[in-house]
Amino acid sequence: MNDTIAAISTALGVGAISIVRLSGKDAISITNSIFKGKDLNNVNSHTINYGHIVDNDKVIDEVLVSIMRSPKTYTCEDIVEINCHGGIATTNKILELVLLNGARLAEPGEFTKRAFLNGRIDLIEAESVMDLIDAKTEEARKLSINQLEGKVSTIIRNFRQKLLELLASIEVNIDYPEYEDIEVITNENIRKEISNIKEELNKIIMESENGKIIKKGIKVAIVGRPNVGKSSILNRLLNEEKAIVTDIEGTTRDIVEGEVSISGILFRFVDTAGIREAKDLAEKIGIERSKNEIFNSDLVLMVLNNNENIKEEDKNLINKLPKNSLIVINKNDLCSNIDTEFLKDRDVIYIDTVNIDGIEPLKNKLIEMFNLEKINNSDYTYMSNARQISLAKEAYNIINDVELGLKNEVPTDLIEIDIKRIWEKLGEILGESYSEELIDQLFTQFCLGK
Amino acid sequence: MKFDVIVVGGGHAGCEACLACARKNKKTLLITSNKENIADMPCNPSIGGPAKGIVVREISALGGEMANNIDKSFLQMKMLNTKKGPAVRALRAQADKISYKQEMIKTLESTPNLTIMEGMVEDLIIENNTIKGIVLEDNSKIFSNCVILTTGTYLKGVILYGSTKIESGPHEERPSKFLSDNLKKLGFKIKRLKTGTPPRIEKSSIDFSKAVLQPGDCEKHYFSFFNNQDYNVDDQLPCYLIYTTPLTHQIIKENLSKSSMYGGYVEGIGPRYCPSIEDKIVRFADKERHQLFLEPESIYYDDIYIQGFSTSMPHDVQERMVHSLPGLENAIINKYAYAIEYDAIDSTQLKPTLETKLIKNLYTAGQINGTSGYEEAACQGLMAAINVCLKLDNKEPLILKRNEAYIGVLIDDLITKGVIDPYRLLTSRAEYRLLLRHDNADLRLMDYGYQVGLISEEDYRLFCEKRDSINKLLQNLKNYLLNPTIENNKFLTSIGTQEIVTTTSLYDLLKRPEIEINQFKDLIDLNYTNEVLEQVTINVKYEGYIKKANKEALKMLEYENIKIPEGIDYNLVHNIAKEAKQKLSEIRPTSIGQAMRISGVNPADITMLMVYLKRNKVNEER
Repeated sequence: MNDTIAAISTALGVGAISIVRLSGKDAISITNSIFKGKDLNNVNSHTINYGHIVDNDKVIDEVLVSIMRSPKTYTCEDIVEINCHGGIATTNKILELVLLNGARLAEPGEFTKRAFLNGRIDLIEAESVMDLIDAKTEEARKLSINQLEGKVSTIIRNFRQKLLELLASIEVNIDYPEYEDIEVITNENIRKEISNIKEELNKIIMESENGKIIKKGIKVAIVGRPNVGKSSILNRLLNEEKAIVTDIEGTTRDIVEGEVSISGILFRFVDTAGIREAKDLAEKIGIERSKNEIFNSDLVLMVLNNNENIKEEDKNLINKLPKNSLIVINKNDLCSNIDTEFLKDRDVIYIDTVNIDGIEPLKNKLIEMFNLEKINNSDYTYMSNARQISLAKEAYNIINDVELGLKNEVPTDLIEIDIKRIWEKLGEILGESYSEELIDQLFTQFCLGK
Repeated sequence: MKFDVIVVGGGHAGCEACLACARKNKKTLLITSNKENIADMPCNPSIGGPAKGIVVREISALGGEMANNIDKSFLQMKMLNTKKGPAVRALRAQADKISYKQEMIKTLESTPNLTIMEGMVEDLIIENNTIKGIVLEDNSKIFSNCVILTTGTYLKGVILYGSTKIESGPHEERPSKFLSDNLKKLGFKIKRLKTGTPPRIEKSSIDFSKAVLQPGDCEKHYFSFFNNQDYNVDDQLPCYLIYTTPLTHQIIKENLSKSSMYGGYVEGIGPRYCPSIEDKIVRFADKERHQLFLEPESIYYDDIYIQGFSTSMPHDVQERMVHSLPGLENAIINKYAYAIEYDAIDSTQLKPTLETKLIKNLYTAGQINGTSGYEEAACQGLMAAINVCLKLDNKEPLILKRNEAYIGVLIDDLITKGVIDPYRLLTSRAEYRLLLRHDNADLRLMDYGYQVGLISEEDYRLFCEKRDSINKLLQNLKNYLLNPTIENNKFLTSIGTQEIVTTTSLYDLLKRPEIEINQFKDLIDLNYTNEVLEQVTINVKYEGYIKKANKEALKMLEYENIKIPEGIDYNLVHNIAKEAKQKLSEIRPTSIGQAMRISGVNPADITMLMVYLKRNKVNEER
């Protein structure tokens, strides 16, 4: 952490302004060496300075440079932010100049890692910052902010306290066996305590999965035979002409993604190439991808045409649909030719994409299916981060070990060893137990920049 | 006159220390203020118990004396926690305080290379930060290569009861008045600690009919791994259980301010785990009664020790307190209870070998390091002596790890975390207690005992035979396969277990909770000692848990193996927190593993330290 790191900390290519950020003890002097304007080494901390970035007297861009001196900065180190005029070429050029003058390209998440290592933020906060950057909808932003305030920490901490009390009661029996007036913790006591904890933890994990939904969104694949109107459905949902809609079969050859917020939750729709016998290679690849998408999504929408009978290839596909699927019958403005008998055990809704309101039944169905009302109204105090959820799940699995031990009448003090591990796992969620892999893995998950 | 080693103090640490040195052919001097008090037990008349009992087994496996000595002098033996798992089983003996001393003195006197001398040590001879010998009260000097200080509660000892304060060690022995000041001058941080002891009652004045009998075990037990002498279980003396009464609590509450502790006469910090009766009544005010145990001290005199009744009340209040107890209405107090304050050094100023960081070849062990308990003292004395001898012989030190021995846990805690109140070993201090069992102390440590030369060839050969037998039996159980035949299933039903549907080894069958190894006696050779059968059973039945513990221990060892160079300058390590920098500079951990256990050093600091070490290594390689 002796060196100075730099990275482009805004999304490339979009927006009028891009920011190149540096952190480390040489951040200011490096910037100064490519800056024409005031002497940045002598300006006050937390000031914005107008000037030009130059490469051997050649002006690259007109910029505003923010100077923030250690320790009152995000990383606790000197930080410089160069606000330049967007565009991949210019921004890249400035980054290149900074690197040429002594900075090193930041690893993914390294700014936040430094903030954490310098004691600026704790582990859950660090992860939440990353979530905040990633937050795509308002709901996700709320979730991230709650975590920053430490609500998750509080819940897990209470949880550990309960376990700690149980551990202490067991250990006191071991160390002071002759004191009969101390309540002896039996396997029966543990069973009761642990099943309470298990239930609560399970609830947290389940709600955290909702948290994941809030943050990452729900991926929905739209499949169906060519020209049944998949792209139209997508466009209606997205309210924009993102997928190309034509009357020619096989127009959509690649997967087109669109994101839309329904009830505050992000839905990522994936339009797929119509599934049929492909006529050329490009289409064949598209069709293969469609098939994969089916299995990688949270929901599959199978689109059928209302005025056509269900064809043999539709039936094949319907039979192969995963559990989480919904049959969408489109074009119900036309007369119905569809064989509803075949679909009688399926979840089916009717829409039409000609009318603006025709898409509403689908939206309502999605809200219902994912219990969005509930997710929406709940207090977002759950783990929304994959590392945290996976640790919670590990803890949950150790609870299963404990229950197995209880079933096999294993002595209490051995079962206690597992209880201690649960306690430690939960500690890891808070970053309270030490584990080197934890830190490494944690920070590689982080995106570039803050 | 010059010795290889001088041991100062003849308590439990001192006895182990001087014996181990002398047995390792080092010319050894034991200096004690009073020969009569060698191996004295000034407090409870028992040895062992949870964690501590396992330490005594470890002492035996390493070639120490405590286990042999208590086996020769106990009044009662009891295996504790028998209803729990094997990891927490612990042996406790009621000791005959007189026999214990006599047996130990006999052993010391018959040990070659060991000289015992009476004297009061008041100063140390230091040259170039290296110990050269000691100075006695009369200013006479004795020289040596190494010194082990095991001064117990005698450093500026002060006895307190009520408002009375007397400069004294236990038994009205004179304390050492100047040694701790002289240690302070050398740069040692001195702490003031406190402990206490309950009153002793004349046996004939107690009506035991009001107490609950607590007999010894009918099964025979031994601490030592060697030469176990047969004994008659019926000869054991019982203990008794009684409870405090509402009157006891009332007397204590009314007179609280008269106790040394609550009257503000005590400076030292007392132990949390073994509070005085006043403390218990104040802190657990809603508890209606407290358990007390009446324990015999010796067959040679009639004192009964009231375990759980330690107090610093003035004598008149003690009388009333004692008389409020059931069966003790007319009790005669032979010795009043008292609190004792004493000086101890800051144990973080020690190396893992128990050598002081400040003075070369000076070692400390026992209560001077802030511990409490005979067993804790003894094991430190033994480890200090082993490391003194290894150093004198220019050999690598012996440092036990936390997954190897309770002794390792104890010493690591002392040097890494330091102590605030007197340190008692508890099973909960051990992360890997399933590995640190009573039954396997020899398997864990006897190789070390043999390597350092404290286990005889013959004893070691017997141990190796035992180890081979265990491995052989484990293998035999794995190799013996039962097919799911009608006959075999009939057999399984007959021994009260479920039938099998696939081929199953005896090893896997033994995992079933209801199966005992003896039930296989018609199938395989079980002609082994009970110890071997027990060891095999534990290893099979708890294999899953043992494997988990081993895995956790391996993780710890990885960090333990990342060494921190002795001369590291923490000012050169960037980006570690100020507090961490200070703690690391003081404690000077020898490994990352140890550094991680220092309170106030957080994971981020460890990461930075590791980065620094890695970079330095790379630079060196360049």
